[in-house]
Amino acid sequence: MSLNSRGLLAFEHLRMRKDTQADPEPEKKEEADPDNQAETAKEEEEKVEEGMWEETFKSHSDGKPNGPSSVSLDFSLPGVEHVYGIPEHADTLRLKTTDNGDPYRLYNLDVFQYELYNPMALYGAVPVMLAHHAQRTTGVFWLNAAETWVDISSNTAGKTVFGKMLDYVQGSSETPQTDVRWISESGIIDVFIMLGPTPKDVFSQYASLTGTQSFPPLTSLGYHQCRWNYNDQEDVQSVDAGFDEHDIPYDFIWLDIEHTDGKRYFTWDPHKFATPKEMLQGIMDKKRKMVAIVDPHIKVDSNYKIHNEIRSRGFYIKNKDGGDYEGWCWPGSAGYPDFTRADMRAWWASMFAYDQYEGSMENLYTWNDMNEPSVFNGPEVTMHKDAMHGDWEHRDVHNLYGFYVQMATAEGLIQRSGGVERPFVLTRAFFAGSQRYGAVWTGDNAAEWDHLKISIPMCLSLGLVGISFCGADVGGFFKSPSTELLVRWYQTGAYQPFFRAHAHLDTPRREPWLFGPENTALIRDAVRQRYTLMPYWYLQFYQAHHTGQPVMRPLWVEYPQDPATFALDDEFLIGRDLLVHPVTEEGVRGVTAYLPGKDEVWFDVHTFQKHNGAQNLYIPVTISSIPVFQRGGSIIPRKLRVRRSSSCMEHDPYSLYVALNPQRTAEGELYIDDGHTFNYEKKEFVHRRLSFANNLLSSVDLAPDAQFTTHSWIERIIILGASKPSKVTLKTADGQESHIDFEFDASMSVLTLRKPGMNSGADWTVMLQ
Amino acid sequence: MSLNSVPVRSCTIKMSSRFHQLLPMLLLLSVGVSAVEVQRPRGVPLSKRQFYEEGKPFTCLDGSHSIPFDRVNDDYCDCQDGSDEPGTAACPNGSFHCTNAGFRPAFIPSSRINDGICDCCDTTDEYNSGAACQNTCREMGHKERESLQKMAEIAKEGFVLKQQLIQEAKRGIEDKKAKLVDVQVVKKDLEEKVEALRTVKETAEQPEKEAKERHLKAWEDQKALIRMEKDKARMAVVFLELDDDADGLVSVSELLSHSELDPDSDASFTEAEAQGLLGGVDKVDTEAFEAVWNNLKEKYVSEATEDTAAPVETPPEEVREPASDNESEQYPEDDVQEDEEEEDEEDEDDDQDDADYKTPPTPATQEKKDDDDEGTMPPYDQETQNLIDAAQKARDDFDEAERALREVDDQITNLEKEISFDFGPNAEFAYFYSQCYELSTSEYIYRLCPFNRVSQKPKYGGSETNLGTWGKWAGPEENVYSMMKYEHGTGCWQGPNRSTTVKLTCGKETVVTSTSEPSRCEYLMEFTSPAICGEPPSRDSEPRDHEEL
Repeated sequence: MSLNSRGLLAFEHLRMRKDTQADPEPEKKEEADPDNQAETAKEEEEKVEEGMWEETFKSHSDGKPNGPSSVSLDFSLPGVEHVYGIPEHADTLRLKTTDNGDPYRLYNLDVFQYELYNPMALYGAVPVMLAHHAQRTTGVFWLNAAETWVDISSNTAGKTVFGKMLDYVQGSSETPQTDVRWISESGIIDVFIMLGPTPKDVFSQYASLTGTQSFPPLTSLGYHQCRWNYNDQEDVQSVDAGFDEHDIPYDFIWLDIEHTDGKRYFTWDPHKFATPKEMLQGIMDKKRKMVAIVDPHIKVDSNYKIHNEIRSRGFYIKNKDGGDYEGWCWPGSAGYPDFTRADMRAWWASMFAYDQYEGSMENLYTWNDMNEPSVFNGPEVTMHKDAMHGDWEHRDVHNLYGFYVQMATAEGLIQRSGGVERPFVLTRAFFAGSQRYGAVWTGDNAAEWDHLKISIPMCLSLGLVGISFCGADVGGFFKSPSTELLVRWYQTGAYQPFFRAHAHLDTPRREPWLFGPENTALIRDAVRQRYTLMPYWYLQFYQAHHTGQPVMRPLWVEYPQDPATFALDDEFLIGRDLLVHPVTEEGVRGVTAYLPGKDEVWFDVHTFQKHNGAQNLYIPVTISSIPVFQRGGSIIPRKLRVRRSSSCMEHDPYSLYVALNPQRTAEGELYIDDGHTFNYEKKEFVHRRLSFANNLLSSVDLAPDAQFTTHSWIERIIILGASKPSKVTLKTADGQESHIDFEFDASMSVLTLRKPGMNSGADWTVMLQ
Repeated sequence: MSLNSVPVRSCTIKMSSRFHQLLPMLLLLSVGVSAVEVQRPRGVPLSKRQFYEEGKPFTCLDGSHSIPFDRVNDDYCDCQDGSDEPGTAACPNGSFHCTNAGFRPAFIPSSRINDGICDCCDTTDEYNSGAACQNTCREMGHKERESLQKMAEIAKEGFVLKQQLIQEAKRGIEDKKAKLVDVQVVKKDLEEKVEALRTVKETAEQPEKEAKERHLKAWEDQKALIRMEKDKARMAVVFLELDDDADGLVSVSELLSHSELDPDSDASFTEAEAQGLLGGVDKVDTEAFEAVWNNLKEKYVSEATEDTAAPVETPPEEVREPASDNESEQYPEDDVQEDEEEEDEEDEDDDQDDADYKTPPTPATQEKKDDDDEGTMPPYDQETQNLIDAAQKARDDFDEAERALREVDDQITNLEKEISFDFGPNAEFAYFYSQCYELSTSEYIYRLCPFNRVSQKPKYGGSETNLGTWGKWAGPEENVYSMMKYEHGTGCWQGPNRSTTVKLTCGKETVVTSTSEPSRCEYLMEFTSPAICGEPPSRDSEPRDHEEL
């Protein structure tokens, strides 16, 4: 990598407006005395260009007190043909060259009905780009929260495969190279280069700068049922009952803005949600939880406690003239608290205390929407750049606003429990480091097949830059999905990190049971598949929390030397061991999945059929198919007793799926803790390595200094690619040996060990003889 | 009933992971007579007890295979159909039977066994989860019986009312049918009357038409005469004007001074052209002028009016009002009146302004001007007027009879519609017809007019919104009259047209009990009526029968 090789290092220094110095009211002066213009011009040493000190956009004006500031630098990446990251864009995983259009733009915006395959700015911004070729992965972290543009060009972009081959044969090929230019509107050049050389190195290097994914409560990895809006408490109760009636598990039900008293966050509509604690208790009785929305725009209303406190403490962002900035949002006229202030965040966090947030209980969590921030009557539906955060202009910190909102909210949820409970906060806007505070979703998508498809590269791109807890609105937010699309979206969402259905106010209801028994069954099946894999998802997040590795991964992260994987974004890995190729096209009879790994095998998780790696596999599909494969050489723990919520499954036994590789070995891990507190930081957990080799499957403690008592036990062990043993013996830590019954399916080479029964936290060995 | 007085033994079960435990149960084989203890594995309903025989191999209920009996309820799923684990959560598709003594027995999914949530009112689903469940079966049974009793009472009274409604509806239909017969007779009479009056009318209209035409013809002739005279007068004036040297002859050179007469309007009016206009000669006298007058009169501009061209061009506007009024020719007297009124200057100006941006003067209005000059049609003579009056009377009589016939037709249509309308199997819903029922909420007044429409009106001002007009009975197949569907209401922004489902339940009164909007622009209304009440079960058979204690 080389910097400034194209000489694009540039910056516009901050200027003092000279005429302003000479006369505090130059414009008035000019108006009053036009003859004086010559004198004014003399004062200007530099040529004043239009827009230097003020710009207008539609009816908005932007005063630029420091003049036309900007910074820029270019990076050349020899040997690189694939660059990734810089979310959030609704685009392919592999970034495109921008020679023929706009650069990728990073500027957090509330975009109405966003367009796909487009470099336009969306809700969040992480100025991190990864560059990859078969020998090395590197990264660039451009730490700047102002509006940023990224231009990408490549010397091979226009070439066809044949052209490249010709170059190769002729030996005349110049080294492929990608050139990238970063430009920000203000601030300084503050760049971190991550040198890799492996993708994992880049992830941990970046994690050392911005932190890792927060470890979410286990339940938040379950299914979330959301809608704008559940009308009232009765509605909430009947939807909750609907899930039980149709035997579909879920963990969280969500309330959008209509639950509040006139869009005053931290309050409840006195008629529709008159007794919120009663409602929350009803949900708690089912071991389920709720999320209510708290947006950062605060209704300007002198009868609203939150507003009065923020105003009296001077916590609102100011306009350029020093008054409280006011914009138009859901409640009408609204103020925007200055979340860049630590004292403001501390105060905000204190508002989540149970005695402050009336009607809240420990099973109520929070959703921060509109935190780009969204200002309906602002330029591009966001805040004026010349609004002031203390001495800082909004232009300098814009992309950080949403980050701070989520940070303060997460802190509030931690504090209300006395630092015991892990928070869960969903945000729409984000920045580098937002992974530390919760989950992110891809905003207001639409009920269209292309939007289902784009959810994969959008979440993969976020994962690459640290934000693992990502999901798209299942079903699509705007418009109404066809039944087939809805079913396919559940099937896809069930295998993405954040799994939430959501719908616009104006769409017809679409709870899973409203589309006939067959479709209810299909959706039930998809959701249940999610729940059987909760132990695996939880383990992935535990690991992401420790290492910064993404949970949902592009294939190239695990197969960095296989160029066939570099641009794949219609399939993905969860951790290392599960490969998912969801069906994202209408009416198809089959999909072609690339199974990586020259010497590897993959097992269809539904049929246990074994397939070789390094091939494009055609998979016939029906409406019930979700093509998922387990890597040979892995061990995946599942819980097959799917109950109505993940909390209900806490003590249930595990089934271990041991998929043997051609060397007849396999490895996996099992992680267990209480699922919701920070006690894991005090070493209260079970973390075991499961390994199979030489016909011995054993469980070894990976954290001997940790302690946790689990009631769960090992219910069954399913060994894929096994041969038939004559007997199976379990040896426990105390040296006791016992026979294990087993079944062997010769047609699929599946060995099922029946009810070995040992505690999940114990040492044990199973011998196949 | 002695059901509630039977003691229930609560069972504490020591769980073992390997061995099942049979659940000793109390059972009343015949209610209140004798108690027999029947052993069966946990979660098995009595009806399936015989498949679970202790000590003998258990065959999965789907017949797929057999397992030793000690694998029944051993917390491991051996049967695909889940039948080996009726009392544990081991099978994903199993079900657990709660006896729920004092209430209704129930099956719950196996996944709800020991999940910490009390599902069975007898607490038997939570035998090993630590959940502190209270046995609520008696309470629930009591409540259910109370509510069933209440409902039964309502149903009973409602059903009586329903019978009345059916009788009323029957009478109503009979009445309507009878009325229909009457009205049909009336209709027949009316039809005959209409035909007779039509003949009268046509008979009277023929002479009227002829007389009018005569009158008009006379007027046209007179007008033609006047026009001709005027033309002649103008010709004489023009001749005098053209004849500059007053020699009684109009010459080519005299003609040339009027360049507007240039036949090809090419800005060069040649002698040859002028000569051509004069019929090929150099001079014409008055007689010869008459022969060529037609060549000149269209284009000729009077010397007297040349300087004041504007007023010449305005006449079309001046007559705009009379012209338009002339279109209603059957009221000639109005025209007269109009003309008698003196229009002042300002009115004239206004008209002119109007014309400036409305329509340019047209030949039609030019003609009207001539008409105007020629005066208006004189009133009909007495004879014609008498014919017209007679015809008008015949027309009025005919129209009135026809109107009456239409009314009767409407009446018949309505009656037939009402008679054939689907008011339920016994027309018990007929009494809703042309009624409306309202429900007032905090924000709106909802109004249900059955078989017509549903609407919503804001309480504090604002216009009414149509939530749907009558569509159809929309209940499930076995009870199609339990729901009404109103469709195609006012459209929603970015959404569907509003629609309303009305759910009917048995009640003594006919009243809208609730409304809601479960989905955007899809309303749900609850409506009670005796007409939907079913026949209450007879005294002998109790509403519920207990399968078990």
